Amino acid sequence: MSITLSEAESRRIVAGYGVPVSPFVTGTTTAEVMAAVDADPSVTFPVVAKLCGRAIAHKTERGLVRLRLGDRDALAAACDELLAKARPEDGAVEVLVSTMVDGNRELIAGLNDDPQFGMTVMVGVGGILAEAIRDVAFRLAPITEVDAAEMIDDLSTQRLFEAFRGEPEADRTAIVDALVALARVGAEEPGLRSADLNPLILVDGKPVAVDALLEIEEVAS
Amino acid sequence: MTDLSALFDPKGIIITGVSNHPGKFGFVTLHNILTSGYEGAVFPVSREPGEVLGREVLGSIDDVPDGAADMLFICTPPAINEDLLRQAAAKGVTAAFCAAGGYREAGPEGAEAEQRLIALCDELGIALAGPNGQGVVSTPSKMCAQIVAPYAPAGRIAIASQSGNFVSSFLNLANHTGVGVSRAVAAGNASILGIADFVEYFTDDPETAVSLVYIESVDDGREMFERLRPLSERKPIVVVKGGASAAGARAAASHTGALASDDAVFDGMCRQAGLIRARDVEEAFEAAATIATQPQPDGNRVVVVTTVGGWGVAAVDAMADTRLEPTPLPDDLMAAIDEKLPPRWSKNNPIDMAGGETRDTVPEILQLVAEHPEVDAAILLGVGIQSNTAAMMRSGPFFPEHGLERIIGFHERQDTRYAEAAAEISAATGTPIVVATELANADPNNPAPATLKSLGRLCHASAGRAVRSLHHLAGYAAWRRARGLAD
Repeated sequence: MSITLSEAESRRIVAGYGVPVSPFVTGTTTAEVMAAVDADPSVTFPVVAKLCGRAIAHKTERGLVRLRLGDRDALAAACDELLAKARPEDGAVEVLVSTMVDGNRELIAGLNDDPQFGMTVMVGVGGILAEAIRDVAFRLAPITEVDAAEMIDDLSTQRLFEAFRGEPEADRTAIVDALVALARVGAEEPGLRSADLNPLILVDGKPVAVDALLEIEEVAS
Repeated sequence: MTDLSALFDPKGIIITGVSNHPGKFGFVTLHNILTSGYEGAVFPVSREPGEVLGREVLGSIDDVPDGAADMLFICTPPAINEDLLRQAAAKGVTAAFCAAGGYREAGPEGAEAEQRLIALCDELGIALAGPNGQGVVSTPSKMCAQIVAPYAPAGRIAIASQSGNFVSSFLNLANHTGVGVSRAVAAGNASILGIADFVEYFTDDPETAVSLVYIESVDDGREMFERLRPLSERKPIVVVKGGASAAGARAAASHTGALASDDAVFDGMCRQAGLIRARDVEEAFEAAATIATQPQPDGNRVVVVTTVGGWGVAAVDAMADTRLEPTPLPDDLMAAIDEKLPPRWSKNNPIDMAGGETRDTVPEILQLVAEHPEVDAAILLGVGIQSNTAAMMRSGPFFPEHGLERIIGFHERQDTRYAEAAAEISAATGTPIVVATELANADPNNPAPATLKSLGRLCHASAGRAVRSLHHLAGYAAWRRARGLAD
C-alpha cells in the first residue's frame, strides 16, 4: 500500500534536496500559524493558505484553499475558517501558508516509479492542463545536468521558454538544477512511488513549485 | 561478456535435422550456408545418414572430428536437443543457434524444456541464441545460417531483432539499397542471449559501424538502459520498437504517473542512453545505413542543393519537426555560387540551380557547400533526372538517330558523376551529403541511384526520408557532443 504525504511533508522533503518551493510555514492553530508567519520573513503577503493533511487529497475540490490573502487579518480569518472545515476522518491536519508567487507560465514536474524502468523523472508543459496537453519528457533517475537540459529541449512548446508576456526568458539553468534535484529525490528517498510538483511556476523565469505531493510505499510495521 | 565469435565466425558448423526434404529447416539451412559461400567446415547430421545437396550427412555428432566445429545449428525437436548439445560440447562446440521451436512459446511443457536447455548450456559453457529463432548471418564469414532467406551484401550494419521476420526485412532492404550488413541475428525466445548481449558484441566488433535493433518486449528496462548506455557512447545504436510493453502500468495516483505512457518513458530512456529511435522499420534501416556510411556532422546546419525546385521546398518543410536547420547561406558562399550559376538561381537555401547547371556545376557547388565551415551537412536532390530523359529517348522510336545516342551518353555520365561526387566530396570534407530521388524506387537502374548503390551508399527515395536520416545522424552527434565524447 502506498500513502500520500501532506503537502507540507512533501514540500519539506523535496526542498531538502534543493527543489525550489515557494516560501512557506505551517501551524495547527491560528495562533501558531500567525506566529510562524511573523517569525519567517521569507513568507510575504499576499499569501495562500491551505488546509493539508495526509488524508486530504483534493484540497481545491473541498474548498480548502484560500488565495490572495493580503494581510494578517485576512490570513487569521482564513485560518479559522479552514480549521473549522476539518472533518474527523481527515486525521491530523495543519494550515500551510505560502507566499503567493506570480507567473504566467506553468510547468509540471514529477517522479514516477515505472514498473519496467524504475524511478523516472518528468517535466511537462501546462501545470493543471498538463494531462490535456501531454507535452512531456521523461528520463530515468538520477539524471545529469546534460540530461535535464535535453529534457527541456525535448518539449515541443519551446516558445514557452522565450521571453513571454512581459516576463523574461526562462532560466534554463535554474530549471535544470530543479530537475536534477527532483531526480535525486526519486533516486534517494526511500520508498518513494511518485511525486507531483504541479504547478511549477516560472517566476521571473525561475521555477518555483507551489504545490507538492509525494506518494510513498507504506512500510509495514 | 560472453564471447560470441563462434556464433558469428565459426570455423565449422554442425547442422542437426538435415533431411532430403527441401521444405525442412535443416535442408534450407544447409542450402543457405553453402549458397552464401561459407568457407568453414560443414557437418550435416541426421538420424538417416546419406547425402543432401552433395554433402555427406553424418548419422551422429559423434562422427564429427574433434575440434572441427565450434558452432551447432539446431533444427531438431526439443526431446533430443539436450543429448545433441552434450555431444556437440564434447566435440568442442562453444556456440549454438537453436532454430527449433517447441519451447516456451509452445506451453508449459515447452517452458520446462527451455529451462533445462538454459541450465544445460550454462553447464556446458555454450553461448545459446534462440530457441525459436530464424538464424544468424555474418558476411565476414560468408555465412547465411538461416532457415529462411535472404543473405545480404557485406557492410557495416549489425542487426539484432526480437522478431526474426524483421531480420529478413532489414536484409531485404540491404539488398535493395546496396548498403550492406556485417552481422544479423534473430533473438528468438532469447532464453540466454538477448538484444543487449548481441549489441555488446557488435560494439566490440571491428566489422561493425552501427547496431540496428528491433525491440518488442522489455523485461527489465532499467537493466537494458544500464547496459546499452555505455555501449552507445562507443558505437551508435539504432532502435525501432514495436508493441506495447508486457508490464501494464499501475493505476496512477499521480499526474506524473498518468502522463507516463510506455512510449513516453521508452522514448526518454532512448534519449538519455543515446539510442537513435526510429519510427518504423524503413526509417530505422535508413538511419543505420546513413550512420554506417556518412561522417558525423558538427551541428544541425543543413544546405539543400537541388536541380528541381519542388523537392528543395519539400526538404526544407520536412526539417520543421526535426533538429535540422535550413541555414541561411553565408555571404561568401553566396558570392562563390554566383560565379557558377546564371542570375536566376534561388540565391538562398535551398540552392535551386534552376536548370542553370553545365557540365561541372553540380560537383563544384556541392564542393563549395560541403567545405564551408558554417555548413554541417548537405542534401543533394534532383539527381537522375537527366538519365530519366535519356531512358525515354533510348526506348523511343527515334533512337539512336538524331543525336540521341550521344546525348544519352552525356546524361548518364553526368548522373553517374553526381553520385560519385556526393561520395567523394563527403569523404574529402568530412561533411555528410545525403542524396534523394524517387528514382531509387521507381527506376533503380537509373545511373544516379545505381551508382550510389554500387558505392554501398544509400540513395533515399524521397527528400523527407533523407531529412529523417540526417536528423538521426545529427541527433547522435549532438548527444555525443553534449557529453564531451570525441568524434
